[in-house]
Amino acid sequence: MSDSLRATTIRITGDGGDEVEAYLARPDGHGPRGGVVVIHHMPGYDRATKEIVRRFAEMGYDAICPNLYWREAPGAAPDDAAATVRAAGGVPDARLVGDVSGAAAYLRSLPSSNGRVGVIGYCSGGRQSVLAACRTDLDAAVDCYGAFVTGQPPEGFPLRVTNLVDELPDLAAPLLGLFGVEDKTPSPEHVAELEEILTRLGKPHELHSYDGAGHAFFATDRPSYRVAAANDGWERIGDFFATHLSVPSPEA
Amino acid sequence: MCTYATVTECVDASAKGPGGQWFHVTDATVYYDHPVHVMAEHSLNIDLSDPSRGPGARLAVELTRESAERLVAAIRTALDSAPAGG
Repeated sequence: MSDSLRATTIRITGDGGDEVEAYLARPDGHGPRGGVVVIHHMPGYDRATKEIVRRFAEMGYDAICPNLYWREAPGAAPDDAAATVRAAGGVPDARLVGDVSGAAAYLRSLPSSNGRVGVIGYCSGGRQSVLAACRTDLDAAVDCYGAFVTGQPPEGFPLRVTNLVDELPDLAAPLLGLFGVEDKTPSPEHVAELEEILTRLGKPHELHSYDGAGHAFFATDRPSYRVAAANDGWERIGDFFATHLSVPSPEA
Repeated sequence: MCTYATVTECVDASAKGPGGQWFHVTDATVYYDHPVHVMAEHSLNIDLSDPSRGPGARLAVELTRESAERLVAAIRTALDSAPAGG
């Protein structure tokens, strides 16, 4: 497989028919291949997130990240855009789902697509990855330490966010969850609750929690980075997407 | 941890921001969450901004928890040393 790829900024049709900026990275070659929607973390549509998008292209997927803050802050620096959206109360769940759905539709429209699209999110994007897989047509979902998939936000919480317990019966894609044992949100208790719910509902899932790691252990530019957990996590993501985003050959 | 916790307040202030220009500030946003720059997993972050001038009209500060506590105390001390209305 070639490791050549091309990356560019495009516009896609997001929630409500809105035009939304997105970062697209594609391997060279014709395919067919799967696609990956990357949901950026709360600090925004930043360099670290775009590096992740390119990594998925290097792994052989058409990959895209919609700029969830485009409407409020078109063209702004990622940190300024994140501050603006945070002050306004965050990204509404319905809009997030519409933008992910639009990004998935864009990937499926590519001539290289095999029709399968997965989603992955980090931090707040982890919760949003699970949410998207409950409400729209996706073939695999990865939740990297997303808070409030289970568990309750504290009373009087300033930013509007709810857990996804009532949505989980609608989860329509296999879920890979990657967590740090030292994280507080999600805590090991939150992860155990998610495991119990998914098992009870008969939803295909793999949840892994890493000792010696807390929140954001994939973030190579942060003190939270844990190389062993991140390396193992990337291997699990690679195996998970290889399993669920490939199309069996006719003779298989 | 991803706290999502955000507190907003209206203020009447000025800040020296992007390009070294002073600008009038109307909004303060305070939150304890992941920083962009300071080398801590979480920090007390303050944005002083004028949303009417766009997302770039912002002065941002990220403080470790200990630093934020000291700053709060310093502000309190400075305010207490001056008569109100002065």
